[in-house]
Amino acid sequence: MPRLEEEQWYDDDAGRLVRPFLVTRGRTAPTVELDLLSLVQSTGAVEPTKLDLDHAHALQLCTMKISVAEVAGLMRLPATVTKVLLADLIDAGALLAHEPLPAADPEDLKMLEALLHGLQQRF
Amino acid sequence: MAYNNDSDSRSAPVGIKLLIAGGFGVGKTTFVGAVSEITPVTTEETLTVASIGTDDLRDIKDKTTTTVAMDFGRLTLDDSYVLYLFGMPGQERFWSMWNEMSDGALAAVVLTDTRRLGDCFSAIDFFEHRRIPFIVALNSFDDAPVYEIAEVRAALDLPSHVPVVHCDARESRSSAQVLVSLVRYLLTSATHMSRSTTSLGAGQ
Ligand SMILES: Nc1nc2c(ncn2[C@@H]2O[C@H](COP(=O)(O)OP(=O)(O)OP(=O)(O)O)[C@@H](O)[C@H]2O)c(=O)[nH]1
Ligand SMILES: [Mg+2]
Repeated sequence: MPRLEEEQWYDDDAGRLVRPFLVTRGRTAPTVELDLLSLVQSTGAVEPTKLDLDHAHALQLCTMKISVAEVAGLMRLPATVTKVLLADLIDAGALLAHEPLPAADPEDLKMLEALLHGLQQRF
Repeated sequence: MAYNNDSDSRSAPVGIKLLIAGGFGVGKTTFVGAVSEITPVTTEETLTVASIGTDDLRDIKDKTTTTVAMDFGRLTLDDSYVLYLFGMPGQERFWSMWNEMSDGALAAVVLTDTRRLGDCFSAIDFFEHRRIPFIVALNSFDDAPVYEIAEVRAALDLPSHVPVVHCDARESRSSAQVLVSLVRYLLTSATHMSRSTTSLGAGQ
Protein backbone atom coordinates (compact mmCIF):
# COMPACT_ATOMS: atom_id res chain seq x y z
CA MET A 1 0.00 0.00 0.00
CA PRO A 2 1.44 3.39 -0.86
CA ARG A 3 2.32 5.71 1.96
CA LEU A 4 0.04 8.68 1.55
CA GLU A 5 0.27 10.18 5.03
CA GLU A 6 1.80 13.42 6.11
CA GLU A 7 3.53 14.30 2.94
CA GLN A 8 3.43 17.80 1.64
CA TRP A 9 4.34 18.39 -1.93
CA TYR A 10 3.82 22.08 -2.09
CA ASP A 11 6.55 24.46 -3.05
CA ASP A 12 5.50 27.98 -3.83
CA ASP A 13 8.53 28.53 -5.98
CA ALA A 14 8.09 25.40 -8.02
CA GLY A 15 6.82 25.98 -11.53
CA ARG A 16 3.69 24.36 -12.91
CA LEU A 17 5.73 21.77 -14.74
CA VAL A 18 7.62 20.86 -11.62
CA ARG A 19 4.75 20.41 -9.25
CA PRO A 20 2.97 17.56 -11.05
CA PHE A 21 6.24 15.69 -11.00
CA LEU A 22 6.48 16.18 -7.25
CA VAL A 23 2.86 15.22 -6.72
CA THR A 24 3.54 11.77 -8.08
CA ARG A 25 7.11 11.68 -6.85
CA GLY A 26 8.29 11.11 -10.35
CA ARG A 27 6.19 8.05 -11.03
CA THR A 28 4.64 8.24 -14.44
CA ALA A 29 2.82 4.92 -14.76
CA PRO A 30 -0.31 4.36 -12.69
CA THR A 31 -0.63 0.90 -11.13
CA VAL A 32 -4.25 0.63 -12.33
CA GLU A 33 -5.26 1.01 -15.97
CA LEU A 34 -7.42 4.14 -16.17
CA ASP A 35 -9.02 5.73 -19.20
CA LEU A 36 -9.86 9.45 -19.40
CA LEU A 37 -13.49 8.41 -19.19
CA SER A 38 -13.08 5.78 -16.46
CA LEU A 39 -15.35 6.60 -13.53
CA VAL A 40 -14.10 6.70 -9.97
CA GLN A 41 -15.99 6.96 -6.69
CA SER A 42 -14.99 7.20 -3.07
CA THR A 43 -15.52 4.07 -0.95
CA GLY A 44 -15.69 6.13 2.22
CA ALA A 45 -13.12 3.81 3.77
CA VAL A 46 -10.31 6.34 3.99
CA GLU A 47 -10.51 9.74 5.66
CA PRO A 48 -9.21 12.54 3.42
CA THR A 49 -7.67 14.16 6.48
CA LYS A 50 -5.25 11.23 6.70
CA LEU A 51 -3.89 11.96 3.24
CA ASP A 52 -1.55 14.55 1.82
CA LEU A 53 -3.19 17.56 0.19
CA ASP A 54 -3.26 16.35 -3.40
CA HIS A 55 -4.60 12.88 -2.61
CA ALA A 56 -7.14 14.39 -0.20
CA HIS A 57 -8.25 16.90 -2.81
CA ALA A 58 -8.66 14.17 -5.42
CA LEU A 59 -10.61 11.97 -3.01
CA GLN A 60 -12.95 14.80 -2.07
CA LEU A 61 -13.83 15.33 -5.73
CA CYS A 62 -14.98 11.72 -5.97
CA THR A 63 -17.91 11.60 -3.55
CA MET A 64 -20.11 11.06 -6.62
CA LYS A 65 -19.06 8.94 -9.60
CA ILE A 66 -16.83 11.21 -11.67
CA SER A 67 -14.68 10.75 -14.76
CA VAL A 68 -10.88 10.87 -14.63
CA ALA A 69 -10.91 13.72 -17.16
CA GLU A 70 -13.12 15.80 -14.90
CA VAL A 71 -10.94 15.21 -11.83
CA ALA A 72 -7.88 16.24 -13.86
CA GLY A 73 -9.54 19.44 -14.99
CA LEU A 74 -10.82 20.34 -11.54
CA MET A 75 -7.38 19.72 -10.03
CA ARG A 76 -5.66 21.54 -12.88
CA LEU A 77 -3.26 18.65 -13.28
CA PRO A 78 -2.24 16.71 -16.38
CA ALA A 79 -4.32 13.59 -16.98
CA THR A 80 -1.25 11.37 -16.64
CA VAL A 81 -0.50 12.78 -13.19
CA THR A 82 -4.13 12.55 -12.14
CA LYS A 83 -4.20 8.90 -13.16
CA VAL A 84 -1.24 8.19 -10.86
CA LEU A 85 -2.93 9.96 -7.93
CA LEU A 86 -6.20 8.13 -8.49
CA ALA A 87 -4.42 4.79 -8.85
CA ASP A 88 -2.78 5.42 -5.45
CA LEU A 89 -6.19 6.01 -3.94
CA ILE A 90 -7.56 2.85 -5.56
CA ASP A 91 -4.61 0.84 -4.22
CA ALA A 92 -5.27 2.31 -0.79
CA GLY A 93 -8.93 1.25 -0.90
CA ALA A 94 -10.13 4.84 -0.87
CA LEU A 95 -11.61 4.76 -4.38
CA LEU A 96 -13.38 2.28 -6.59
CA ALA A 97 -12.86 2.42 -10.35
CA HIS A 98 -15.60 1.65 -12.83
CA GLU A 99 -15.21 1.00 -16.53
CA PRO A 100 -16.00 3.97 -18.80
CA LEU A 101 -19.57 4.04 -20.05
CA PRO A 102 -19.83 1.83 -23.13
CA ALA A 103 -18.99 3.85 -26.25
CA ALA A 104 -21.81 4.67 -28.63
CA ASP A 105 -22.03 2.61 -31.82
CA PRO A 106 -21.83 5.06 -34.79
CA GLU A 107 -24.48 3.11 -36.67
CA ASP A 108 -26.97 3.06 -33.81
CA LEU A 109 -29.83 5.12 -35.25
CA LYS A 110 -31.71 5.14 -31.96
CA MET A 111 -28.71 6.75 -30.24
CA LEU A 112 -28.32 9.35 -33.01
CA GLU A 113 -32.03 10.23 -32.79
CA ALA A 114 -31.77 10.57 -29.00
CA LEU A 115 -28.73 12.80 -29.36
CA LEU A 116 -30.46 14.99 -31.93
CA HIS A 117 -33.59 15.22 -29.82
CA GLY A 118 -31.62 15.97 -26.64
CA LEU A 119 -29.67 18.78 -28.28
CA GLN A 120 -32.75 20.34 -29.84
CA GLN A 121 -34.66 20.16 -26.60
CA ARG A 122 -31.98 21.82 -24.51
CA PHE A 123 -30.90 24.72 -26.64
CA MET B 1 -42.09 2.12 -26.14
CA ALA B 2 -42.89 4.41 -23.25
CA TYR B 3 -42.19 1.96 -20.44
CA ASN B 4 -39.86 -0.87 -20.04
CA ASN B 5 -39.85 -2.86 -16.84
CA ASP B 6 -36.98 -5.06 -17.85
CA SER B 7 -34.38 -4.26 -15.20
CA ASP B 8 -31.52 -5.17 -17.55
CA SER B 9 -32.41 -2.29 -19.87
CA ARG B 10 -31.98 0.16 -17.00
CA SER B 11 -28.26 -0.42 -16.98
CA ALA B 12 -25.51 2.19 -17.25
CA PRO B 13 -25.97 4.88 -19.90
CA VAL B 14 -23.95 4.93 -23.11
CA GLY B 15 -21.20 7.54 -23.50
CA ILE B 16 -21.23 9.57 -26.72
CA LYS B 17 -17.84 11.12 -27.38
CA LEU B 18 -17.50 14.06 -29.75
CA LEU B 19 -14.27 15.91 -30.56
CA ILE B 20 -13.83 19.65 -31.08
CA ALA B 21 -10.71 20.36 -33.09
CA GLY B 22 -9.10 23.20 -34.98
CA GLY B 23 -6.11 25.50 -34.95
CA PHE B 24 -4.67 27.63 -32.20
CA GLY B 25 -7.10 30.14 -30.66
CA VAL B 26 -9.99 29.20 -32.93
CA GLY B 27 -12.54 28.92 -30.13
CA LYS B 28 -12.38 25.25 -29.06
CA THR B 29 -12.48 25.96 -25.32
CA THR B 30 -15.28 28.49 -25.83
CA PHE B 31 -17.28 25.96 -27.85
CA VAL B 32 -16.97 23.19 -25.26
CA GLY B 33 -18.00 25.64 -22.54
CA ALA B 34 -21.01 26.82 -24.52
CA VAL B 35 -22.51 23.33 -24.66
CA SER B 36 -21.27 21.67 -21.46
CA GLU B 37 -23.47 21.40 -18.38
CA ILE B 38 -20.41 21.47 -16.15
CA THR B 39 -17.88 24.27 -16.15
CA PRO B 40 -15.58 22.97 -18.85
CA VAL B 41 -12.34 21.75 -17.43
CA THR B 42 -9.08 22.37 -19.18
CA THR B 43 -6.32 19.95 -18.41
CA GLU B 44 -2.73 20.92 -18.82
CA GLU B 45 -1.10 17.94 -20.41
CA THR B 46 2.62 17.76 -19.90
CA LEU B 47 4.24 16.01 -22.77
CA THR B 48 7.84 15.04 -23.09
CA VAL B 49 9.04 15.56 -26.62
CA ALA B 50 12.40 14.56 -27.95
CA SER B 51 14.06 17.75 -29.02
CA ILE B 52 14.22 18.22 -32.73
CA GLY B 53 17.35 19.19 -34.58
CA THR B 54 19.71 16.78 -32.90
CA ASP B 55 20.98 14.08 -35.19
CA ASP B 56 23.11 12.47 -32.55
CA LEU B 57 21.21 9.53 -31.09
CA ARG B 58 23.12 9.88 -27.84
CA ASP B 59 21.20 13.11 -27.36
CA ILE B 60 17.93 11.22 -27.17
CA LYS B 61 17.97 11.76 -23.41
CA ASP B 62 17.81 15.48 -24.05
CA LYS B 63 14.08 15.90 -23.94
CA THR B 64 12.09 19.02 -23.51
CA THR B 65 8.76 19.28 -21.78
CA THR B 66 5.86 20.94 -23.50
CA THR B 67 2.51 21.86 -22.10
CA VAL B 68 -0.60 21.33 -24.12
CA ALA B 69 -4.21 21.78 -23.08
CA MET B 70 -7.24 19.55 -23.51
CA ASP B 71 -10.81 20.64 -22.75
CA PHE B 72 -13.46 18.40 -21.29
CA GLY B 73 -17.20 19.01 -21.11
CA ARG B 74 -20.25 16.88 -20.42
CA LEU B 75 -23.98 16.99 -21.21
CA THR B 76 -26.39 14.43 -19.77
CA LEU B 77 -29.04 13.84 -22.42
CA ASP B 78 -31.29 11.42 -20.54
CA ASP B 79 -31.06 8.20 -18.53
CA SER B 80 -29.60 6.39 -21.51
CA TYR B 81 -27.04 8.76 -23.03
CA VAL B 82 -24.29 11.06 -21.80
CA LEU B 83 -22.49 13.33 -24.24
CA TYR B 84 -18.78 13.96 -23.68
CA LEU B 85 -17.01 16.80 -25.48
CA PHE B 86 -13.27 16.82 -25.90
CA GLY B 87 -11.51 19.95 -27.09
CA MET B 88 -8.30 18.74 -28.72
CA PRO B 89 -5.03 20.64 -28.43
CA GLY B 90 -4.48 22.75 -31.52
CA GLN B 91 -0.94 21.87 -32.42
CA GLU B 92 -0.59 19.14 -34.99
CA ARG B 93 2.62 17.89 -33.44
CA PHE B 94 0.47 16.26 -30.76
CA TRP B 95 -0.86 13.60 -33.10
CA SER B 96 -0.14 10.89 -30.53
CA MET B 97 -2.39 12.68 -28.09
CA TRP B 98 -5.03 13.23 -30.78
CA ASN B 99 -4.90 9.49 -31.33
CA GLU B 100 -5.49 8.70 -27.69
CA MET B 101 -8.30 11.23 -27.40
CA SER B 102 -10.11 10.06 -30.50
CA ASP B 103 -10.38 6.43 -29.42
CA GLY B 104 -14.05 5.56 -29.43
CA ALA B 105 -15.08 9.00 -30.69
CA LEU B 106 -18.29 9.15 -32.68
CA ALA B 107 -17.50 12.23 -34.76
CA ALA B 108 -15.80 15.62 -34.75
CA VAL B 109 -16.29 19.32 -35.37
CA VAL B 110 -13.41 21.15 -37.03
CA LEU B 111 -13.57 24.80 -36.03
CA THR B 112 -12.01 27.26 -38.44
CA ASP B 113 -11.17 30.94 -38.42
CA THR B 114 -11.55 32.34 -41.94
CA ARG B 115 -8.54 34.61 -41.32
CA ARG B 116 -6.37 31.52 -40.98
CA LEU B 117 -8.12 28.78 -42.93
CA GLY B 118 -4.97 26.72 -43.33
CA ASP B 119 -4.73 26.15 -39.57
CA CYS B 120 -7.36 23.43 -39.74
CA PHE B 121 -5.73 21.37 -42.50
CA SER B 122 -3.99 19.03 -40.09
CA ALA B 123 -7.19 18.36 -38.14
CA ILE B 124 -9.03 17.56 -41.39
CA ASP B 125 -6.20 15.28 -42.52
CA PHE B 126 -6.25 13.57 -39.17
CA PHE B 127 -9.99 12.80 -39.18
CA GLU B 128 -9.90 11.66 -42.80
CA HIS B 129 -6.98 9.38 -41.95
CA ARG B 130 -8.71 7.98 -38.85
CA ARG B 131 -12.04 7.75 -40.74
CA ILE B 132 -13.81 9.79 -38.10
CA PRO B 133 -16.76 11.66 -39.63
CA PHE B 134 -16.52 15.44 -39.19
CA ILE B 135 -18.14 18.68 -40.22
CA VAL B 136 -16.49 22.10 -40.54
CA ALA B 137 -17.78 25.08 -38.55
CA LEU B 138 -16.72 28.61 -39.49
CA ASN B 139 -16.34 30.60 -36.32
CA SER B 140 -17.39 34.20 -36.73
CA PHE B 141 -14.64 36.53 -35.62
CA ASP B 142 -15.50 40.19 -35.93
CA ASP B 143 -12.81 41.30 -38.35
CA ALA B 144 -12.71 38.06 -40.31
CA PRO B 145 -13.40 38.13 -44.03
CA VAL B 146 -16.81 36.73 -44.90
CA TYR B 147 -16.61 33.87 -47.37
CA GLU B 148 -19.30 31.93 -49.13
CA ILE B 149 -19.54 28.37 -47.86
CA ALA B 150 -18.67 27.17 -51.37
CA GLU B 151 -15.45 29.21 -51.35
CA VAL B 152 -14.40 27.67 -48.04
CA ARG B 153 -15.27 24.20 -49.24
CA ALA B 154 -13.07 24.72 -52.28
CA ALA B 155 -10.23 26.25 -50.27
CA LEU B 156 -10.26 23.32 -47.86
CA ASP B 157 -10.68 20.81 -50.68
CA LEU B 158 -13.59 19.17 -48.85
CA PRO B 159 -15.62 16.34 -50.35
CA SER B 160 -19.12 17.57 -51.23
CA HIS B 161 -20.81 15.44 -48.58
CA VAL B 162 -19.01 17.14 -45.66
CA PRO B 163 -21.25 19.90 -44.27
CA VAL B 164 -19.83 23.38 -43.66
CA VAL B 165 -21.77 25.61 -41.26
CA HIS B 166 -21.40 29.01 -39.63
CA CYS B 167 -21.22 29.42 -35.87
CA ASP B 168 -20.49 31.76 -33.02
CA ALA B 169 -18.82 29.61 -30.37
CA ARG B 170 -19.69 32.16 -27.69
CA GLU B 171 -23.41 31.41 -28.14
CA SER B 172 -24.74 28.18 -26.64
CA ARG B 173 -27.53 27.91 -29.18
CA SER B 174 -25.17 28.46 -32.06
CA SER B 175 -22.67 25.87 -30.83
CA ALA B 176 -25.44 23.38 -30.10
CA GLN B 177 -26.76 24.00 -33.62
CA VAL B 178 -23.37 22.92 -34.99
CA LEU B 179 -23.73 19.65 -33.08
CA VAL B 180 -27.26 19.27 -34.45
CA SER B 181 -25.86 19.65 -37.98
CA LEU B 182 -23.21 17.06 -37.15
CA VAL B 183 -25.77 14.55 -35.87
CA ARG B 184 -28.02 15.14 -38.91
CA TYR B 185 -25.01 14.39 -41.09
CA LEU B 186 -24.33 11.17 -39.15
CA LEU B 187 -27.98 10.16 -39.45
CA THR B 188 -27.92 10.71 -43.21
CA SER B 189 -24.73 8.66 -43.59
CA ALA B 190 -26.02 5.89 -41.33
CA THR B 191 -29.29 5.72 -43.26
CA HIS B 192 -27.39 5.52 -46.56
CA MET B 193 -25.21 2.78 -45.14
CA SER B 194 -28.11 0.65 -43.98
CA ARG B 195 -29.83 1.19 -47.37
CA SER B 196 -26.83 0.06 -49.33
CA THR B 197 -26.40 -2.90 -46.99
CA THR B 198 -30.03 -3.81 -47.56
CA SER B 199 -29.74 -3.57 -51.34
CA LEU B 200 -26.53 -5.60 -51.26
CA GLY B 201 -28.33 -8.15 -49.14
CA ALA B 202 -31.09 -8.27 -51.73
CA GLY B 203 -28.54 -9.52 -54.24
CA GLN B 204 -27.80 -6.28 -56.12
N1 LIG C 1 -15.80 37.05 -32.17
C1 LIG C 1 -15.71 35.80 -31.76
N2 LIG C 1 -14.79 35.48 -30.83
C2 LIG C 1 -14.70 34.20 -30.42
C3 LIG C 1 -15.51 33.19 -30.98
N3 LIG C 1 -15.18 32.01 -30.40
C4 LIG C 1 -14.19 32.28 -29.54
N4 LIG C 1 -13.90 33.59 -29.53
C5 LIG C 1 -12.87 34.27 -28.75
O1 LIG C 1 -11.60 33.86 -29.24
C6 LIG C 1 -10.67 33.70 -28.17
C7 LIG C 1 -10.03 32.34 -28.21
O2 LIG C 1 -11.01 31.39 -27.91
P1 LIG C 1 -10.66 29.98 -27.19
O3 LIG C 1 -11.94 29.29 -26.96
O4 LIG C 1 -9.77 30.17 -26.04
O5 LIG C 1 -9.85 29.28 -28.36
P2 LIG C 1 -9.08 27.88 -28.30
O6 LIG C 1 -9.27 27.25 -29.62
O7 LIG C 1 -9.50 27.10 -27.12
O8 LIG C 1 -7.59 28.37 -28.13
P3 LIG C 1 -6.29 27.47 -27.78
O9 LIG C 1 -6.71 26.47 -26.76
O10 LIG C 1 -5.32 28.46 -27.22
O11 LIG C 1 -5.81 26.90 -29.05
C8 LIG C 1 -11.44 34.00 -26.90
O12 LIG C 1 -11.17 35.32 -26.52
C9 LIG C 1 -12.89 33.83 -27.29
O13 LIG C 1 -13.76 34.66 -26.54
C10 LIG C 1 -16.48 33.57 -31.96
O14 LIG C 1 -17.24 32.76 -32.49
N5 LIG C 1 -16.53 34.86 -32.31
MG1 LIG D 1 -8.32 26.26 -25.59
